[in-house]
Amino acid sequence: MPTRSVKSPSVDSEVTTMTTPEKAPSRTVRPTAGLGSAATSVSAPGEPVMDLSDVSVFYGDFEAVRGVSLPIRHNQITAMIGPSGCGKSTVLRSLNRMNDLVAGARVSGSITYHGQDIYAPNVDPIQVRRHIGMVFQKANPFPKSIYDNVAYGPRLNGVKRRAELDDIVEEALTGAALWDEVKDKMKTSGLALSGGQQQRLCIARAIAVKPEVILMDEPCSALDPIATSKVEELMFRLAEDYTIVIVTHNMQQAARVSHYTAFFTAEVDDAGVRHGRLVEFDDTEKIFTNPAEQRTEDYITGRFG
Amino acid sequence: MEFPLTQLDRAPASDVTTPGRGRTLDRVFGGASYGAGLLVLGVLALILLSTTWEALPAFQHSGFDFIFGQRWAPNNPDLPLFGTLTFLYGTAVSSLLALLIAVPVSIGIALFLTELAPRWLRVPAVTVIDLLAAVPSVVFGLVGILVIAPAALPLYQWIHDLVVNVPVLGSVFGPAVNGNTFATAGVILAVMVIPIITSISREVFDTVPVADKQAAYALGATRWEMIKGAVFPHSFAGLVGAAMLGLGRAMGETIAVTLVIGGSTQIAANLFASGNSMAAVIAQQWGEASGLHTSALIGIGVVLFAMTVLVNYSARVIVRRAEIRMKGATA
Repeated sequence: MPTRSVKSPSVDSEVTTMTTPEKAPSRTVRPTAGLGSAATSVSAPGEPVMDLSDVSVFYGDFEAVRGVSLPIRHNQITAMIGPSGCGKSTVLRSLNRMNDLVAGARVSGSITYHGQDIYAPNVDPIQVRRHIGMVFQKANPFPKSIYDNVAYGPRLNGVKRRAELDDIVEEALTGAALWDEVKDKMKTSGLALSGGQQQRLCIARAIAVKPEVILMDEPCSALDPIATSKVEELMFRLAEDYTIVIVTHNMQQAARVSHYTAFFTAEVDDAGVRHGRLVEFDDTEKIFTNPAEQRTEDYITGRFG
Repeated sequence: MEFPLTQLDRAPASDVTTPGRGRTLDRVFGGASYGAGLLVLGVLALILLSTTWEALPAFQHSGFDFIFGQRWAPNNPDLPLFGTLTFLYGTAVSSLLALLIAVPVSIGIALFLTELAPRWLRVPAVTVIDLLAAVPSVVFGLVGILVIAPAALPLYQWIHDLVVNVPVLGSVFGPAVNGNTFATAGVILAVMVIPIITSISREVFDTVPVADKQAAYALGATRWEMIKGAVFPHSFAGLVGAAMLGLGRAMGETIAVTLVIGGSTQIAANLFASGNSMAAVIAQQWGEASGLHTSALIGIGVVLFAMTVLVNYSARVIVRRAEIRMKGATA
């Protein structure tokens, strides 16, 4: 992996920004304004940006996932694979507090971002999501122009100057490998694009706010193979600047794009209740060639799931 | 592997050309619903034709003055005058005012119910709002004339005193003599159309894809930013539709307006002046009218009908344009 890093101010300022939601101007402190400013990253590639420790996610009384511990490493792609109902998407959504939007959802254990517990009472989930972005299974551009789709996030961050927005939009679309295809139709509706283009537009929209981590929830499952390979290429390039966590049903995809793989499965406990469990987390190469667990091997060789 | 089906079980190939059992029923049902559709068009055409026919003598008598004339003197012995512009004005002012008040309130209620209200509060709140739609309009009118009008008069006077020296506002919020005014009519109409606009807006907001809301939240949007960025763009067409239905209702509302609008024939920029509306005039004068006068009252109805159609059509054009702009040429 290349080790170029053009991210983020210091860890300290990031965590401060997050934990002081009452200070409204802190929003504009985000490095959005500093696109292109060559602040050096404090995390070396491979160092954990996020850390999950004994994480369980509940919906009401139902414990959907039990006891997950794994690191999310800086500027690496971490894949979460496993059969349906194993809780991998649930874990993904707990990483930027999207689960907060589900009534009755609750997380136990700790999920830290640069050492800060993102579920601590003084943390503002809105700030968390500005640092940890998300791309969804189904491309979901807003019914607005391509330009306005990408500019949406920066505008939330208080960027108003047209020239500055223009730069951010171009950089984000270039980063999402979409600029050349759409530069002449910025005013066209995002919904007029093809499925693969829409998904790359959503990626552009996510990176326009310069998050540090991008969560991807089966981003290619609705795309054809050509569009899929474009998005996969894009993920490689994005990993130079971003930390990526991807949930995928496609094992080949996990093997192709990721550096680390977490294999989840569903287990039935003594009370007869199904929970998602993390079976194994390791280098992708190890998981796919020489997994430690028999269940992992069964799954990736197609004997189960 | 051979599928275990004998020749006896299998229908003969010739079967495909013989009619099946459901076919007659299908035709009956198809014909019935086709007929129902045509019936609506037929009734509409019949209403339009018969009323226009009845109104024709008045139209011929007044010509374009029927719409552009300001003098309404049906009992003028030499030459009765049927200029309805004042009533057109009254209808337009009172219903637009109603819309101006009702749309923001309704959208607010609908947003509260779909995005903010705790689950336990939603059902009772919706029930209460729907109940509001079931209150007979004469009750609204009586509340308006007995409660609102007297109570509002000091308020009108206070507002007038406040802005009396401001150029435009001074005449829009002019002197108030009594509480039966355009403003009172607008307020009453607003209360009457809030339930319908709310209930449609609520349904429109419910159709906003969860994916869009999540996309906004995932970009770090607050709830209001999410509503602005994801809910409103998706709902624009539906909200225009809801407002137009409300406007249609307000324009056609008769008895409540009759009671509170004051019944004077004048075009005044002053919202605190009395006026009259098209529907109210018909209700007030129908009993004592005869001959050409009756014909003219029916003519007012025809014009009102035409106005509602026009408003609805323009709304459709607006909605269509907005949809094309937002969803792209492919949609």
